[in-house]
Amino acid sequence: MNVPSNLKYTKDHEWIKDEGNGMATVGVTDFAQSQLGDIVFVEIETQGETLAKEEVFGTIEAVKTVSDMFMPASGEVIEVNPKVTEQPDIVNKDPYGEGWMIKVKMTNPAELNDLLSADQYKEITNE
Amino acid sequence: MKNTPFTKYHIELGARMAPFAGYNMPIEYSGINDEHVTVREKLGVFDVSHMGEVWVKGPKALDFIQTITSNNVAALFDGKVQYSCFPNDKGGIVDDLLVYRVNAETYLLVINAANIEKDWNWICEKGKMFGLTPGKELYNASDEIAQLAIQGPLALKAMQKLTSENVVDMEYYTFKKIPFAGIKEVIFSTTGYTGAGGCEIYCANEDADKLWKAVFEAGAEFGIKPIGLGARDTLRLEMGFCLYGHDINDTTSAIEAGLGWITKFVSDKNFISRDIWEKQKNEGPERSLKGFVMIDRGIPRQHYLIYDAQGNEIGEVTSGTMSPMSKRGIGMGYIKKGFWNDGAEIYIGIRDKKLKAKIVKPPFHMAKV
Repeated sequence: MNVPSNLKYTKDHEWIKDEGNGMATVGVTDFAQSQLGDIVFVEIETQGETLAKEEVFGTIEAVKTVSDMFMPASGEVIEVNPKVTEQPDIVNKDPYGEGWMIKVKMTNPAELNDLLSADQYKEITNE
Repeated sequence: MKNTPFTKYHIELGARMAPFAGYNMPIEYSGINDEHVTVREKLGVFDVSHMGEVWVKGPKALDFIQTITSNNVAALFDGKVQYSCFPNDKGGIVDDLLVYRVNAETYLLVINAANIEKDWNWICEKGKMFGLTPGKELYNASDEIAQLAIQGPLALKAMQKLTSENVVDMEYYTFKKIPFAGIKEVIFSTTGYTGAGGCEIYCANEDADKLWKAVFEAGAEFGIKPIGLGARDTLRLEMGFCLYGHDINDTTSAIEAGLGWITKFVSDKNFISRDIWEKQKNEGPERSLKGFVMIDRGIPRQHYLIYDAQGNEIGEVTSGTMSPMSKRGIGMGYIKKGFWNDGAEIYIGIRDKKLKAKIVKPPFHMAKV
């Protein structure tokens, strides 16, 4: 399982990358995509909204399941990746790259300190 | 949790495994979409050993099965298979099943894995009035029989390599007991749950290894792949085939479920709940199971509500998915009388929105939107 060390993680299997200047990119982890199987639908309709940490920012659907995606940190959703809605299987292929979900302007970047490190995330995903 | 004789192969092949109806079953191998397309275009193999098998034998067998199932068993001939259901005594459905006629006094009933115990108890209970005894005229062989479904347009061609008996020309819904792949006898049945053509092969557990290996060897040149329960569900749903526990259950009638075609009100067939279903057929049911395809983007799921254009609730989704073939949401659900005309626009409540869909006939992945 791929768990890049430069990202922070949530127990709900989102990753967040600190891009500097209060900006961050958010997606779902390699573990999440592998557990979901073929991802066939992504819906994110929160662009422009300011959401609190752990609020739902979108929905991801595999053939058999529907899952919510949660904000790893509070902030405004300033961009949604159009590719993931047009071509959801890109999330299976490249969850940390082309399959990113949203860009967020964080209201409190210090919240990142409370998230899981790559090592901690690896621990919770090792059954 | 039980294993089938093939469980070890699924694990070896790296399938994602999950408990299903008490069995450790493969959900997917290469991915549901890939497996689905493989079956529609080539051929794939499903382990369906979890299905139940019950033998009914003796001079009372025909009368008994006429009483406990809805289809006309008298229309069967040796080597013919029939889709049917067991009505319960309240006008609902105990299970749906296949009835195989081996000869006039020997029948095989193939039932759903999740219902084996319920069905067996029901069969034994109802068998009492016919003097049928469990272990004698009634026999639950579910734990002794392994089964593979080889489905897809190339399935029969590939399987022909494994037997000298002609199987490629077999009629749909027929079967033969034949020597196959070095096994003395299998039941080779041109049935399936995918709408893609092919067969289902039943053998004794001890012959299962031989069957598995031979099937994959014979299919290799055609691109055969193992297929999990995930794709089994999407394949059956594209065809509008009912799944027990979702589209039909103890409270739905065959008439409501669009299974009037397996419900025969012929003379000399006094099946359980016949009066209730006959009345319903004559008067028209209050709700009907219909298929639909999404016009708006979205995936219907079981229990989502169905609305009319004015926002009134008119039904509930029983099965739904993204069609791997058409890449559209498809589903089935019960819709109230007056709202279920073909082509009618309906709305599916998906999260906080009501998304437009259209009632269509199966196969849903071929429906024009």
